[in-house]
Amino acid sequence: MEKLVNVYFYGKRYEVPADLTIMTAMEYAGYTLTRGCGCRHGFCGACATIYRIKGKNELKTCLACQTQVQEGMYVASIPFFPTDKRTYNIEDLRPNQQVMMELYPEIYSCIGCNACTKACTQNLNVMQYIAYAQRGELEQCAEESFDCVGCGCCSVRCPAEISHPMVGLLARRLTGKYIAPEAKHLTERVEEIHAGQYDDLIEQIMQKPIAEMQELYNHRDIEK
Amino acid sequence: MFTPEMLESIRKVEATRPARMGMEPRRMTAEEKDALLRAYHPDYRTDGFAEIQIGPNKGQKAPTELRNLLHSNSRLLGQDIDLQKIDYDVDVLVIGGGGAGAAAAIEAHEAGSNVMMVTKLRIGDANTMMAEGGIQAADKPGDSPVQHYLDAFGGGHFAARPELLKRLVMEAPDAIQWLNRLGVMFDKDTEGNMITTHGGGTSRKRMHACKDYSGAEIMRTLRDEVLNRKIPVVEFTSAVELIKDDRGQVAGAVLLNMETGDYLVARAKTVILATGGAGRLHYQGFPTSNHYGATADGLILGYRAGVPLLYQDTIQYHPTGVAYPAQIYGALVTEKVRSLGAMLVNVDGEAFMHPLETRDVAAASIIRECTGRHKGVTTPLGSGVWLDTPMMEEIGGPGTIEARIPAMLRMYLNYDIDMRKEPILVYPTLHYQNGGLEINGDGFTKTIDNLLVAGEAVGGIHGRNRLMGNSLLDIIVFGRNAGKAAAAKAKAVDLGTMNLDHIEAYARELDEAGITEPGVSPLLLPRYARHER
Repeated sequence: MEKLVNVYFYGKRYEVPADLTIMTAMEYAGYTLTRGCGCRHGFCGACATIYRIKGKNELKTCLACQTQVQEGMYVASIPFFPTDKRTYNIEDLRPNQQVMMELYPEIYSCIGCNACTKACTQNLNVMQYIAYAQRGELEQCAEESFDCVGCGCCSVRCPAEISHPMVGLLARRLTGKYIAPEAKHLTERVEEIHAGQYDDLIEQIMQKPIAEMQELYNHRDIEK
Repeated sequence: MFTPEMLESIRKVEATRPARMGMEPRRMTAEEKDALLRAYHPDYRTDGFAEIQIGPNKGQKAPTELRNLLHSNSRLLGQDIDLQKIDYDVDVLVIGGGGAGAAAAIEAHEAGSNVMMVTKLRIGDANTMMAEGGIQAADKPGDSPVQHYLDAFGGGHFAARPELLKRLVMEAPDAIQWLNRLGVMFDKDTEGNMITTHGGGTSRKRMHACKDYSGAEIMRTLRDEVLNRKIPVVEFTSAVELIKDDRGQVAGAVLLNMETGDYLVARAKTVILATGGAGRLHYQGFPTSNHYGATADGLILGYRAGVPLLYQDTIQYHPTGVAYPAQIYGALVTEKVRSLGAMLVNVDGEAFMHPLETRDVAAASIIRECTGRHKGVTTPLGSGVWLDTPMMEEIGGPGTIEARIPAMLRMYLNYDIDMRKEPILVYPTLHYQNGGLEINGDGFTKTIDNLLVAGEAVGGIHGRNRLMGNSLLDIIVFGRNAGKAAAAKAKAVDLGTMNLDHIEAYARELDEAGITEPGVSPLLLPRYARHER
């Protein structure tokens, strides 16, 4: 007999197998999910969820697809949160402190409560990456925020009304585009291809009979 | 949280690890691979397939679940949809909110088109977001697009369409550069050189990555760019049927608001199907690494409108899906784990294959180890083999796992498994649809000249098996090309009178073929809700 636990979806009790995740427990209970369900493997942030265990004060945030149910869990999903993304043309921006001041000035209202970090479903140091953004240390902000899945739990809890995932995203795009050094081998290869350097070679290999291709493939040297 | 039997097996894995550290298992010969695939790859299980009885691929086989959706009627059959009431009127309609769709929308917008995206979930809820390992491009000295072509062509069993594969490899460096210029943070060294590794079946280290969030980093950047450009994205709205006109062209799509159940009409001069894969159809009962919406909708829409499928009978099972614990059963364990040195090891601690065989060979080899040789490790949901992750820390130094595959580390730590110290259990998971709708080199279908397809919904780019890192590449290369081509084509298209006659013709065909109880398709979402009555 499998172990069952009581969970409460939006306050209503359901008895579900104890080894399910919150997401599969909702489906076990009969829900057909449209909102609040995306990749189901912890990468997309669609299933931001807030819960409290009966009898305990602490309010927790999690991804429903990555969290096992517990006895007495009171669950509410947050399928959408009005995160405030600013629009910009990345070509017009430059990687400096000014860009954050202009696009996301509310980050300077951070009161240092650390609720964002506590709420992060990826265990990121969210307050730290906001601090990097404040100081214009975009590369550090990008690194520290890199594993963000954009679930928005940080923003839900922020008293300064910061849209943290959007700040991290801007820092990453600026870092990828402007700060990280250019890959010269890439630039050169693109130029070679555009100059037609591989045109004849690719046409030749496309014309080869299958038997010859099999021979080439089965005996190709493999880089160590 | 391992069982006693698992713990006992782990001790054997640990005992053989020092001896395995210095050795490289032999790669299989071409003959050995052929024999293995025939005996153990799910594509060769005849009971998993059924014959298509109508349409352009009549007489060919498809996975039974897909065949049943093809043998289904439109949900609009018998409905009175007023096509004169047009809710959206655009040049280019992109159906699908993943990487291919977003890349197409950006390029169509760049070309000056009035472009719109529709997606049944959110933009970014797609397999792109979940791609972990990386993206291939031959951009290093010692490598070339020709070498990339050879690897992909051979890995795909010499079945790829040359004109498609040529584009994939020749435009790959350009795709990486485009992404980099949009701000994708590729793993680079201090000089700016891309950090590249092998994938299964590559002969050169050309796998570019963004830690093990490669697809997520690409997808969130593309999504941000779509939003910055203010391209309309209609979310939670699925396309349930293509609209055609009296000239045989496609003229838009009937949409379904997934939340209200209302139908909407989108008119478009060109349509791009970028609806992705089919993992949620759970062929042969396999778990899947795919996102919630991967139900082959675009294949159904295209086929009903008369577009042929290609290689619809070849499916990629990723060799390393999670076998344990149950909560993450079927989730992807990136191939990068093997690129960075982890071996596949059986219950007795023996390395039973080279870790970097192609995916089909690796999956078949794991299935053989578990079912044919009975050397798998028993799990609550079946069996699996070890992926010896602590080897990565020994080879790359302490900290390698956290730096290079943080998502994997986090996923397992949620269940108190520390892959830095203990190996993990894996078994093949349904990962990728090798086949799909047939296109020409510019992305247009061969039967409807203003309908395009991009991304996983396309068949023929990879042949009958796909190499790691070539899918993130194809969604960018073919997504961009489709966007450009659709924008250009839209200028020349003159639409006639819109109609849905093809769904009635399809119903008649089903009837004439003796398919008396057809279902309804596309599926849109898998049926996971349990109902007691």
